[in-house]
Amino acid sequence: MAKRYLLQVVNYAIFMVLVGYFSSAPAYRHLAEDQAMVVLAFSHAGQHREPCREVSAEEMAKLPPNMRRPTECPRARSPVTVELLMDGKPLLSTVAKPPGLFDDGGVDIFLDTTVPAGEHQFSIRMNDSVRMKGYNYTHEQVAVLAPAQLLFIDFNTEQGFVFK
Amino acid sequence: MSAAPIKRAYLVLENWFNLSFGSWNPLYHLGTLTFFFFWIVLVSGIYLFLFFHGSLDGAYASVERMTHEQWYAAGIMRSLHRYASDAAVGTILLHMFREFALDRHHGARWYSWFTGVPLLWMVVTLGITGYWLVWDQLAQYIAIGSAKLMDVLPIFFGSMARNFLEGALSDRFFILIEFLHLLGQPMLLVFALWFHVRRLSNVSINPPRGLAIGSFLALLTLSLIKPAVSHDPADLTTVPQVLNLDWFYLNIYPLLDYWSAGSIWILTIGITFLLMILPWVPPRPAGAAAVVDLDNCDGCKQCFDDCPFDAITVQARTDGARHEREVVVDPALCAACGICVGSCHASNPFRKAEKELKTGIDMPQLPINQVRTMTDTAVAALTGDVKILVFGCNHGFDVTRLNSDDTIGLSLFCTGMIPPTLIEYALRKGADGVMVAGCRHADCYFRFGNRWMEKRLEGEQAPVLRKRADRRRITIQGGAETDHNVVEGALAAFRQELSRLEQVEPEESPHG
Ligand code: HEM
Repeated sequence: MAKRYLLQVVNYAIFMVLVGYFSSAPAYRHLAEDQAMVVLAFSHAGQHREPCREVSAEEMAKLPPNMRRPTECPRARSPVTVELLMDGKPLLSTVAKPPGLFDDGGVDIFLDTTVPAGEHQFSIRMNDSVRMKGYNYTHEQVAVLAPAQLLFIDFNTEQGFVFK
Repeated sequence: MSAAPIKRAYLVLENWFNLSFGSWNPLYHLGTLTFFFFWIVLVSGIYLFLFFHGSLDGAYASVERMTHEQWYAAGIMRSLHRYASDAAVGTILLHMFREFALDRHHGARWYSWFTGVPLLWMVVTLGITGYWLVWDQLAQYIAIGSAKLMDVLPIFFGSMARNFLEGALSDRFFILIEFLHLLGQPMLLVFALWFHVRRLSNVSINPPRGLAIGSFLALLTLSLIKPAVSHDPADLTTVPQVLNLDWFYLNIYPLLDYWSAGSIWILTIGITFLLMILPWVPPRPAGAAAVVDLDNCDGCKQCFDDCPFDAITVQARTDGARHEREVVVDPALCAACGICVGSCHASNPFRKAEKELKTGIDMPQLPINQVRTMTDTAVAALTGDVKILVFGCNHGFDVTRLNSDDTIGLSLFCTGMIPPTLIEYALRKGADGVMVAGCRHADCYFRFGNRWMEKRLEGEQAPVLRKRADRRRITIQGGAETDHNVVEGALAAFRQELSRLEQVEPEESPHG
C-alpha cells in the first residue's frame, strides 16, 4: 500500500514537471539577437485602368433618365506593384491585384522580413497605374535599426512613403 | 490490424498507471479529469476577472499587480488558471489517443469522436485569447501571428495585421478578445461539451475524489514552486526576440516563421479533416443492432437503464399486450454490444429447455439461443477433475487461448451480455466453475458491460444472480489482449480453490 502511494507521488511529480515545463519552455527564438524587422504595410487603391470619358449627347439620350451621367468611369483598377530594396538589393516585392468581382477594390499590402540591425539604405518604388510606364512613386531613405526594432513603412497618397 | 502496436503502447501506459492508482487510474477518468480541470479554470478565472483591467493600457499593469503584489491569492489563482488549462490539453490529448488506440470510435460510436474534434480547437483557441489578454510581448507575438493567419481568410476586409503596427491599434479589438475569452468561447465550449456526450448514458462529470484531490494538490504545488509570470509589456515598435511559449496552446505560431499562413491553414484543416473521418477509416461493417421481441418483453425497462449508448427508449405498448410499456431500439445508436440481452430476465436459459430460447431483446448475429447451445456443447466437451468454463469478450483477453481438456473459453460480444442465469445454468449442466473474463476491470470496451455484470453477480443490479448458485464457483478476472499472465494466474488460483472445494464438500458439488 505504501508502495502504491509512493508511486502516486512519483506520477504526480511527473505530471507537475511536464505541465510546468511545457507551459513556458523550451523558449522559442523568434528573432535572432542582432536582427531587426522591416514591415511594409499599407492599404491603397490602384488607379483606374481606363480614364473616365465624356458621354456624348446621343449616347446620353439612349440611356434611361436615371442613368444619365456626363462621364463614364470604368471601374477596374490597376494592380499595385511595389518593390523595396535595401542597400541596393531587393528585399521585399509584390504585385497586388485588386480584389473584387470587377477588379475594383483597394489592395492591402503586408510584407515583412528580418534584416541585420545597423544602418541601411532603403529605396522603395511603386507603380499603381497600367497607363504609366516605370514607377510613379519612389522614395529613398537611410535608417539605423537597433536590434529587435520594428521599422514600419507606411504609405498614403498625400505623404508618400513614411518610415515609422 | 494496423492499430495493434498503438493499442499495445497504450496498454503499457495503462499498466503503469494501474500499478500506482488501481481503479483510480487517470486513464480511466480522462474525460472527467478534463471537466475537473475546467472547474479549476472557471473558479480561478472568476477570481482573476475581479482584478483584471480590460483595456490595452491597463491590462498588463493589472496582471503584474496580481502576480506580484497579491501573489498569495490572485497570483496563485493565475498560476492555477494557467496550469489547469495546460493539464486539460494534456488530458484531452490522452483521452483522444485512448479512444483511438482502443478503437472506440467506429460504427454507431462515430458521434462522440466526431463532436470531440472541434472541442480540441475550441479549447486551444480559448487558451490563445487568454494569453492575448495579458498584453505582454507574448500577447503581441500571438496577436500579430493570429492576425496574419486571419488575413489570408477571405472573411475579413482590410488587413488585421496592420492594426498591430504602431499608431493603428484601438481598444475596441482588445475588448472583443476579452468578450470572447470571458464569455463567448466558454459558452460555446459548454454547449459543445453537452453535445459531445449527448449520445452516452450515465456520463459522469466528476473524477474519483482521490484523483481530484491529488491532481489539485499537484497543480497547487506547481503554482507555488513556479508561479506563472508575464513577459515584458507589449511594445509595438519592437519585435519580441525570445518567447517562453506555452506549447500546449501556442505551438502553431512558430510555424509562421517558416511557412506561409495559407500553408498553416491547409495543415490544420487537413489534420482536422483526417481526424474527423477516422471513424469511417477503414470502413467496416457495423454489427447488427439489437432487436426487440415483444412476445417476450414485459416492458421492465432494465435494458433501457443499462444501455450505455442511449439506444433504447421506452414507449406505450403497441401490441395490445397487458403490459404498460415496451422498449424500442434505435439501430443508428446501437453499438451492438449485447448488454441488453444480459439485462433481460427473459434471457434465462432454464426457460423452454426443449425449444428455441427466445428473449425480449436479442442480438441477430449471436442470439441467446445460440449462446445456450454453445454453453451446452462446451460443458459437455469438458473432461478432467476440475472443469472450468470461461466466458470472455471479443475486445479483452482472448479466452479461447485458455482452451484445454478441462477448460473452454467462449467469447461473446461483451461480458455484459451474460445473464446471471447463464452462469448458474453452466454450473448446473456440469461445469465445476465459471470464470468471467472480459475487459480490464473498470475499462469495458462498451463502457459498462463488465461493471453491470459484476453488479448482477453481487446482487446489486437486476437481474441478480440467484442465491441457489454457488458464488464460490464463480470468479471474475478481466484482462486486456496482452494480459495472459494475469488471466492465466487467476485461472490457476481458481482451479486450486475449486479442487479444494471438491475435496471438502464433494457432495455439494453442483452436479452431485
Ligand atoms: C474538452 C474536451 C473533452 C472532454 C471534457 C470530453 C469528455 C468526455 C466524456 C466525459 C466522455 C464520456 C466517457 C464515458 O463516460 O465513457 C467522453 C467520451 C468520448 N470522447 Fe470525449 N471529451 C473531450 C474531447 C474529446 C476529443 C478531442 C475526442 C476525439 C477527437 C473525444 C472523443 C471521445 C469519444 C470517442 C468518446 C466515447 C465514447 C464511447 O465510449 O463511445 N473527446 N468524452
